[in-house]
Amino acid sequence: MAFDKMELKDIEVWDGNFAAAQAMRQCQIDVVAAYPITPSTPIVEGYAKFLADGYVEGEFVMVESEHAAMSGCIGAAAAGGRVATATSSQGFALMVETLYQASGMRLPIVLNVVNRALAAPLNVNGDHSDMYLGRDSGWIQFDAYCPQDAYDLNFIAFKVSEDHDVRLPCMVHQDGFITSHTAQGVHTLSDDVAYSFVGDFKPMNDMLDFEHPVTHGVQTEEDWHFEHKARQHNDLMTKVMPKIQTAFDDFEKLSGRKYNIVETYDMDDADVCVVCMGTSVETAREVATEMRKEGIKAGVVGIRVIRPFPFFEIAKALKNVKAIAALDRSSPNGTAGMLFNEIAGSLYNTEKRALLSGYVYGLGGRDLTKAHLVALFKELQANVDAGKVTTQLQQFIGVRGPKLAYL
Amino acid sequence: MLEIRWHSRAGQGAVTGAKGLADVISTTGKHVQAFAFYGSAKRGAAMTAYNRVDDKVIMNHEKYMIPDYVFVIDPALVFTSDVTINHKDSTKYIITTHLTTEELVKAQPKLEGKEVYTVDCITIANETIGRPIPNTPMLGAFMKVSGMYDIEFFKESMQRILGKLPQKIIDANMFAIQRAYDEVK
Repeated sequence: MAFDKMELKDIEVWDGNFAAAQAMRQCQIDVVAAYPITPSTPIVEGYAKFLADGYVEGEFVMVESEHAAMSGCIGAAAAGGRVATATSSQGFALMVETLYQASGMRLPIVLNVVNRALAAPLNVNGDHSDMYLGRDSGWIQFDAYCPQDAYDLNFIAFKVSEDHDVRLPCMVHQDGFITSHTAQGVHTLSDDVAYSFVGDFKPMNDMLDFEHPVTHGVQTEEDWHFEHKARQHNDLMTKVMPKIQTAFDDFEKLSGRKYNIVETYDMDDADVCVVCMGTSVETAREVATEMRKEGIKAGVVGIRVIRPFPFFEIAKALKNVKAIAALDRSSPNGTAGMLFNEIAGSLYNTEKRALLSGYVYGLGGRDLTKAHLVALFKELQANVDAGKVTTQLQQFIGVRGPKLAYL
Repeated sequence: MLEIRWHSRAGQGAVTGAKGLADVISTTGKHVQAFAFYGSAKRGAAMTAYNRVDDKVIMNHEKYMIPDYVFVIDPALVFTSDVTINHKDSTKYIITTHLTTEELVKAQPKLEGKEVYTVDCITIANETIGRPIPNTPMLGAFMKVSGMYDIEFFKESMQRILGKLPQKIIDANMFAIQRAYDEVK
């Protein structure tokens, strides 16, 4: 079966969802099993349309739930195909059981997660609750800050995930609505160039190779379970980051666009910085530049690779700064925020430990404004001037009612 | 940075209009952003959409905006929602209404002293496209008020963007854009 190529302009005005759908088309996915959910629906809808219009040679499997969607992806990946899907929020939560199956079975699958809040109360807007829910699932997690990233990181995700030394599934996260439904200019790759980057799918231990029968999804009790899990963790800790770096380097050669495991902005001489993820990274960069005009040496650190967590890269990025704000867009529900804890862990055994404070913000799509960030940078500068954290360690940004602070 | 806020009802095409405008502007080398607040996502519910335009890459993702232009594409919204929220002295308003600008300002005193332009995008859309989809006529009016692009260039660009629609609908949209361009006051 032949398929048509699509002529793209060098810069297309796409939202994050359509950018991801176009990347999935250009990667020529064999199987997408999907159960649509807001705000990720247009990704699989887009793929289905490309398929129906003859731009992709593949299969679109409509299923009855997200649990079935990921189960279908697992079956297709085990059979030996290039596989992807998309989800958000409640759908992601329903997928969780199968996420662990996918990673434990070492199957390369790309899951576009359009980040959205988790009920209750029901909310379709963007926060990072679903992203945080997936962070112990054994998947690789990339984070996009804008539609361009959502496009580019899909290619990188397939490249890393399908590498025979990796063979782990991979999520590409983007912020619900703020990226997924925001149209911006996206620099495109031609169909041939894009496909040449990911290359033909190279099967490994595929079930459809009848000459070499294999078993997938086995049971191991106390005798072997630990060894399997230890090996998976070992590969995440030792093999994945070098492969991601190589993929970033190769992608830069191809496109001129440079991605880093930890994205630093104006950090060389920064006194204060925020560490965050998603669209907030870009807004914070703009505010950091404005703060420098006011005499506050501000920088921004964005996490590009959430899992495996860049433990040493984060410590290196933060080694000269004096005060850090860790911004978590998910309710920690009874502890410090994830980024606060991860950063504290990275810095604890280093010589210079900057003042670290945590902030919870943006739940259920609540706006993070530039004014919020200006106040935040000023608060960090006050910490530097006082030589200690002048507030409680955990605060909320943008919530109404009496000021809440803990720890 | 040029910033625009659209007031619309879900289903009237504000998102499509905002994305279409972003697409046209992007072809001239500028950086663009188009997004919307969906709220309860029910057809007919009041909603807002937004455009940002700049010479450099747009990093700002906050939803908060002090717009340079406010487009109101449903005639009732000027009375039922606050179209002047987060405004500045130089904010310009282009409002769909069958009233004259003077009558409208009298009926909605919040608009007093502001730079208000009026055009009946609903009637124009009904008489050209045959459906009350006032998004493309609003863009025609915007071209006149802002002088952003030559109207012929703008219409050519919109023809490309509407490319997948039947030719009859595209032609009707071109008439609608031109009429709003000519009629906005």
